[in-house]
Amino acid sequence: MPRQGNGQWARSFPRGWGKPAAVLLAPLLLLLAGCSRDVLDPAGDIAVQQRNLIYTSTGLMLLIIVPVIVLIIVFAWRYRAGNREATYDPDFDHSTSLELAIWAGPLLIIIALGALTWSSTHLLDPFRPLDRIAAGKPTVAGEAPLTVQVVAMDWKWLFIYPEQGIATVNELVLPVDRQVRFDITSTNMMNTFYAPTLAGMVYAMPGMRSQLHAVLNRPGDYEGFSANYSGEGFSDMRFRLRGVDAAGFETWVVQTKSAAALSTPAYLALAKPSEKVPPAYFGSVEPDLFHRVLNRCVPPGTPCMHEVMAKDRQKGGSHVSHGAQPAAPPPAPAKPAPAAPHPHDTSFLEPGAPTALG
Amino acid sequence: MHEQTFWTMLFGRLSWESIPLHEPILLGTFIVVVLLGLGILAAVTRYRLWGWLWHEWLTSVDHKKIGIMYMILGIIMLLRGFADALMMRAQQAIAFGGAEGYLPAHHYDQIFTAHGTIMIFFVAIPLIVGLVNFVMPLQIGARDVAFPFLNNLSFWLTVAGAVLVMISLFVGEFSRGGWLNYVPVANIQNSPDTGPDYYLWALQIAGVGTTLSAINMVTTIIKMRAPGMTMMKMPVFCWTALCSNVLAIAIFPVLTGAFALLMLDRYVGMNFFTNDLGGNPMMYWNLVWIWGHPEVYVLVLPAFGIFSEITSTFSGKRLFGYSSMVYATVVITILSYLVWLHHFFTMGSGASVNSFFGIATMVISIPTGAKIFNWLFTMYRGRIRFELPMMWVVAFMLTFVVGGMTGVLLAVPPADFVLHNSLFLVAHFHNVIIGGVVFGLFAGMVYWFPKAFGFKLDPFWGKISFWGWVIGYWVAWTPIYVVGLMGTTRRVRHFDDPSLQIWFVIAGIGALIILVGILAFVIQIAVSIRNREALRDTTGDPWDGRTLEWSTTSPPPPYNFAFTPRVHDLDAWYDMKALGHAPPAEGFRPIHMPRNTGAGVIISALALVLGFAMIWYIWWLAALSFVALLVYSIAHTFNYDRDYYVPAEEVARIEGARTAPGAA
Repeated sequence: MPRQGNGQWARSFPRGWGKPAAVLLAPLLLLLAGCSRDVLDPAGDIAVQQRNLIYTSTGLMLLIIVPVIVLIIVFAWRYRAGNREATYDPDFDHSTSLELAIWAGPLLIIIALGALTWSSTHLLDPFRPLDRIAAGKPTVAGEAPLTVQVVAMDWKWLFIYPEQGIATVNELVLPVDRQVRFDITSTNMMNTFYAPTLAGMVYAMPGMRSQLHAVLNRPGDYEGFSANYSGEGFSDMRFRLRGVDAAGFETWVVQTKSAAALSTPAYLALAKPSEKVPPAYFGSVEPDLFHRVLNRCVPPGTPCMHEVMAKDRQKGGSHVSHGAQPAAPPPAPAKPAPAAPHPHDTSFLEPGAPTALG
Repeated sequence: MHEQTFWTMLFGRLSWESIPLHEPILLGTFIVVVLLGLGILAAVTRYRLWGWLWHEWLTSVDHKKIGIMYMILGIIMLLRGFADALMMRAQQAIAFGGAEGYLPAHHYDQIFTAHGTIMIFFVAIPLIVGLVNFVMPLQIGARDVAFPFLNNLSFWLTVAGAVLVMISLFVGEFSRGGWLNYVPVANIQNSPDTGPDYYLWALQIAGVGTTLSAINMVTTIIKMRAPGMTMMKMPVFCWTALCSNVLAIAIFPVLTGAFALLMLDRYVGMNFFTNDLGGNPMMYWNLVWIWGHPEVYVLVLPAFGIFSEITSTFSGKRLFGYSSMVYATVVITILSYLVWLHHFFTMGSGASVNSFFGIATMVISIPTGAKIFNWLFTMYRGRIRFELPMMWVVAFMLTFVVGGMTGVLLAVPPADFVLHNSLFLVAHFHNVIIGGVVFGLFAGMVYWFPKAFGFKLDPFWGKISFWGWVIGYWVAWTPIYVVGLMGTTRRVRHFDDPSLQIWFVIAGIGALIILVGILAFVIQIAVSIRNREALRDTTGDPWDGRTLEWSTTSPPPPYNFAFTPRVHDLDAWYDMKALGHAPPAEGFRPIHMPRNTGAGVIISALALVLGFAMIWYIWWLAALSFVALLVYSIAHTFNYDRDYYVPAEEVARIEGARTAPGAA
């Protein structure tokens, strides 16, 4: 398909090769131009701290990289064969003080960077609950984070709000300045849950629950997606991230509650592979749905992984868990379960069908 | 029904539908490949070259010829892998907004998988193994490698793997699981087609070759060094080759094991890496990266060795800090085993584990940094001749430090949480692999070409190739760094945000500039062959070299050295030249040499048939070829006619005819 840009290719193709200055400057200019987007201008405190860490680390490393680049150019020029004025010392192959310097220089930088790495990795550990909403704004003591359960499906995202009893597909609505805890799993493929403006990515894996604590500080419309290739429909596995204020969030929850229910059959229909799925909304969710997804026992009659594992343990097996946890016993429901949906309620909205909120 | 069963028994799941006649891109490529192949076959027949080809090359156990054949394989596969790269660049340059581009997901996913697989396994590895094969025995003053037949077998097994990957282009399809054939995508439940099987069999067969080759090289370096060449008088390239091959011996079995488990999953319904019944895809990721990260150093360490040799030669100086260079190489070798988890910090291992692997990764930059400084101070107070090999070294140093910096940045786990799987990561590893390994390979090819063929490569086309690669690299990958910092991730087939398009268009232009570099390289070889008389080197030492390979003729005689050299110093040849040494012109004795054998070709051909039959479920053929493979391999062990003597008169004749430094 001919596109507008093609004509310009030919015109902007460099004619001569000898433009080293332009070639050297181009990367710098390009980098500056690239500073206006999600990763470098995030709307969430975690992503902001991660961005700052990128800047600090890069700065630390430039302390040694820039002199090295300069030295390479200077030495290459000064000691060229044509320059008979430069000293020529063919047997100069050792100098203890130089050797010490060239091992110590990088070592010092890495000690500094290593210390930074150790502390920042612990502070920004996605499993760790936040202690601040933004710089200078600590979290309110006693306020539990909003829980959102994230299920990566082939190839769309299901977001369950267990406390609100609602669910959405491919649209994540978050109240700003409120800590959110994401519990993340997947139905089949390995994906990463990634909204660059909010926080770094975390893998969504079948039979495993990973976690991410984050907060969104600026209202607005953003984008999220899977950043780990997961097959045919991967490129369209995107979701909308909407940041709204607390009142807006309440209104949205109330509105969403009027949508159809996400029953087991509806879930099973949704879980079938599909691509380019438009946002959809569910007014009620079975309270243990995430737990059953995690334990791979949504279809009625399937044994749950945690039951199988419990039986294995009784027979003398053992299991040590750390980090991303394999499916575990269900957390107590945050609030009384909503009324059980009708068994015949197949209210899942087909892609393209009108949705509750339009 | 009966006929159907018969067909299935005879051909497994192979049918006419397996041939992609409906895909014009593939069909066109297929026709071109067939025509080219027929042309080559016709030419070989026309000029009656079959006998020469078989006796002199295909069955050769001469490490120099095997090295050259590895290089030819690598360059051919580079053209294929780069064609995939151009297709991806074209797709990403046009697929914006609503546009889907010209590649459906089914095809695009195979292309990025094939690109990575080919570039690492069938371009980088053969080129590195080829150079080590050619150069290392000459540098240590040996007459061949420790196991000459094994060397030939390793090469042909690698070819068999490459042929399987090429067959998948035209018969059936290749994997869509990414270059490491990731599960769950590559599990039988998600990819019941032949793709992952092609991948697994191709790499298992080639992997056996690589492992055997590594064992061979390590044994050669340990056991066959010339008298007087202690480990600390060994050229740095041999040190890097040693470390690289020690790494390979340790890691390839892990990869083979992981692939074997995945094969059990796919062929007999086991559940090592499935989602259910206790299977765990994360285990596969750990295993492939326990191979995958050291593999980077398997490739880049010999490249570091090449840079060391060239910097020293063209600066006219001893290498600065030889022992710290050696220790740095060994430290990198050891540390490279301890960092694999940085490929998936975001999988949720917890903060302490992530910190450990992050810091271990950064620590590698200390010895690597020391190496950069050592090259720098080798240039210091030198007389640097900027011929092509040295140009590649300077381009490497300037390019590689940037790649090293972005690599350390990615090793900071919280930074990796936003950069993992992004195009920033993709730009980083192309930065180190193109800037480190590819530049190193080109430097090495230009440097040692006159040793292999007796004439230099044409410098004009070489410079065009050089500038094409260097400028092309920066134009192609800087925009990819930028879009990565904007949060764009990898393996995406089309994008929504039209403001990103310009970056991908620039990247596409960069890829075209690299194409100029590649074509110029091919032209360079053709032009140099045509002008070989003008470019002829009669001294055997065209660059004023320092190591033993330059002490013999170009090309070296089959036995390399009529008299095994005695080594007294590092830079043994420089030492000999300084002392006015000349090789003796008389007193030759018969030389004991290994005899050529067709067994490597035959065993690899059987392995190829076995792989193909297993991929297509043609069980009878698989069983037959497996039995044939076993029987033939055992029968070959009873072949005692494996060596011969080059008579002293023949040695005298060859040495008399040589225009070597001693005779000149």
